[in-house]
Amino acid sequence: MVTSTLLEVKDLNVDYLASNGTVHAVIDVSFSLQRGEILGLAGESGSGKSTLAYAITRLLRPPAMITGGEILYNPGTSRDEKETSNVTLTRLSKRGNQEHKKNEVEEQSMDLLQLSQAQLRDIRWDELAIVFQSAMNALNPVMTVGAQIMDVLRTHRPHMGPDSRKQRAIELLQLVGIAPDRLRSYPHELSGGMRQRAIIAIALALSPEILIMDEPTTALDVVVQREILTEIMRLREKLGFSVIFITHDLSLLLELADNIAIMYAGRIVEKASRRDLYLHPYHPYSYGLLNSFPSMHGPRRKMSGIPGSPPDLRAAPPGCAFHPRCPLAFDTCRTVLPALRSLRGEDSEQLVACHLYDPRFNAEPPSTSDLARKYEALVEGSSVQ
Amino acid sequence: MNKLAQLEGANTRHDAGPILEAVHLRKMFPVRSLNPLGTKQAVHAVEDTSLALHPGRATALVGESGSGKTTVARLLAGLYTPTSGTILFRGEPAKLTDGSHLHTYRRHVQLILQDPFSSLNPVHNVHYHLARPLHIYGHVRNKAQETEQILSLLNRVNLSPAEQFIQKFPHQLSGGQRQRVSIARALAVQPEVLLADEPVSMLDVSIRLDILNLLLRLKDEEHLALLFITHDIASARYFAEDTLVMYAGQMVEGGPSDEVIQRPMHPYTQLLISAAPDPGHLSADNNASATDLPARGEIPSLIRPPSGCRFHQRCPHAMPVCSQRFPGRTELGGGRWTNCFLYGDGGISSNLSSGVPN
Repeated sequence: MVTSTLLEVKDLNVDYLASNGTVHAVIDVSFSLQRGEILGLAGESGSGKSTLAYAITRLLRPPAMITGGEILYNPGTSRDEKETSNVTLTRLSKRGNQEHKKNEVEEQSMDLLQLSQAQLRDIRWDELAIVFQSAMNALNPVMTVGAQIMDVLRTHRPHMGPDSRKQRAIELLQLVGIAPDRLRSYPHELSGGMRQRAIIAIALALSPEILIMDEPTTALDVVVQREILTEIMRLREKLGFSVIFITHDLSLLLELADNIAIMYAGRIVEKASRRDLYLHPYHPYSYGLLNSFPSMHGPRRKMSGIPGSPPDLRAAPPGCAFHPRCPLAFDTCRTVLPALRSLRGEDSEQLVACHLYDPRFNAEPPSTSDLARKYEALVEGSSVQ
Repeated sequence: MNKLAQLEGANTRHDAGPILEAVHLRKMFPVRSLNPLGTKQAVHAVEDTSLALHPGRATALVGESGSGKTTVARLLAGLYTPTSGTILFRGEPAKLTDGSHLHTYRRHVQLILQDPFSSLNPVHNVHYHLARPLHIYGHVRNKAQETEQILSLLNRVNLSPAEQFIQKFPHQLSGGQRQRVSIARALAVQPEVLLADEPVSMLDVSIRLDILNLLLRLKDEEHLALLFITHDIASARYFAEDTLVMYAGQMVEGGPSDEVIQRPMHPYTQLLISAAPDPGHLSADNNASATDLPARGEIPSLIRPPSGCRFHQRCPHAMPVCSQRFPGRTELGGGRWTNCFLYGDGGISSNLSSGVPN
């Protein structure tokens, strides 16, 4: 697969306008998504990860407002390659109105924030699909699963006849591991895991380039969650789409994602490959988050969470928003906002927004074991109390 | 059937006797049917569950949603009446049928609920929530004592400065603070047993460990017997000395947490552990991620549960006998036991169950 940038988010800002103060939910977020990449967005509730996803799909409604930035979508040329080299499934769905589609989608990148509603309608689902957290609420309870898939096809592929629509719906259900006779089932007749699979099938109906998954497995049990994740990985291999996977469960992302961005109080505080992040998290928050999950192996040791609680975004702390909870905070953190940069001028993929790694403020950057020591000190402190 | 003998074996492995014990608990919930002539149906939520809680020890009850773990907690808290079976408190059968007996029972056994957003009354402040149990159980006689005790409760759950929290309403507190208030409310009656039903699953990941550490500290300081209900097997290992695994209303395996998690015996426990997210293998050289699951599928309907062992339809090692009857408890030595024909059938001996009993 050719690596090329599919989606580029630049300095995105989203505010919620509330009567008792504006909430800056997403602040100056920039990242890029490669073709075929799984990008994980992790953070606590209120860190802005879902808002970011909805901003990309332009699904935000007032009081949310996108106040600045660009979201460049680059459809590129690989779509043709993909259709010839890859699966027959894709071809089958697109053949009907391929010409119609191709002329509209231009070769250059476009800013999703500048598109009109009509243009968005062409992009959504065809290029950019979203899987919501609660499958029960995302499916229509009075329509069968099959009807809901065919509904999408009818709207977006008017050239397809009823037979080919049904054929495609059966293919999609098989793709996600549901027996075709479930086409006529209503959502309440399916189990939680099956519903989530059905939602994924609907999202894949038009072979999108980007799949945004907002906590797709949070409501599911571990065994079902594992099945869904395996399914996502398999489909990604097969169909070659990119995924933005949003979750609060960092341990999931460490298994699934290629790259992980950690969000805190509306900003990305660290972005790295999963391996780098797991082996040497730089930001104290990333370290704390990684160590909030007890492990199944190794010696049982006392662990600490992150002290304090997430900030109120109406009045975020000045400087680095994490400083009131950070065991390594120093004076600069309280006044100066750290920028997301690579470590000490190294040409590394791992980006971090922390003054500890800035030679201007701190000559000796801490190692992972230094972070561990500071957090361990907290454990003892709390047990004495 | 020599289940009684097995139970005794299970219960004598700690020096002090158990403070709260469930013996062969069963719970069925009748299902209303529109057809008056139709057969009466019921959800078989909990089948033949026995467990023992010891002072100063935490026991984790692990299972998927629908496995009946919350029902067990509610049976133990006296919120449901068991269909059959007994609850022993300090070795005496607890009478949980009328109000005054329940009142005495709840003086000793308290429940912490999952959702701190709905378990506190939004129109009352922290002071009210903590004063109620103190008054109901007669721990205070006057205003001065009341305030003093509430402040000490708030300090015990690390809500400081306590003077500020006392007047706050639930909506002014964060999720973690609310859960601390619920814990303080449970502690107010000075219980000996705390039943914690998924106490951290509604909280943000970064504050879950703080609440778990708080419960651990209280367990040690006040010598509480803790039942910790969770779906997260890694936190069971972190939190509890003993782990019990439930599947579809049946207890399938139990023993010391480390043993159960490092060397799972029952095929369901093996499945649960292989499915849990585990970033540990990233440190290994291979870059492989998702491993194949030994068994797929979900918990069966409990209205018409599968016969025999309820896991047999998903079990990769299922034998004909598995669908005929439920295996008895096989002691594996070292406090380990499992209900699985692979390791024997309870009383019927098998070479695997001949470990050294203690």
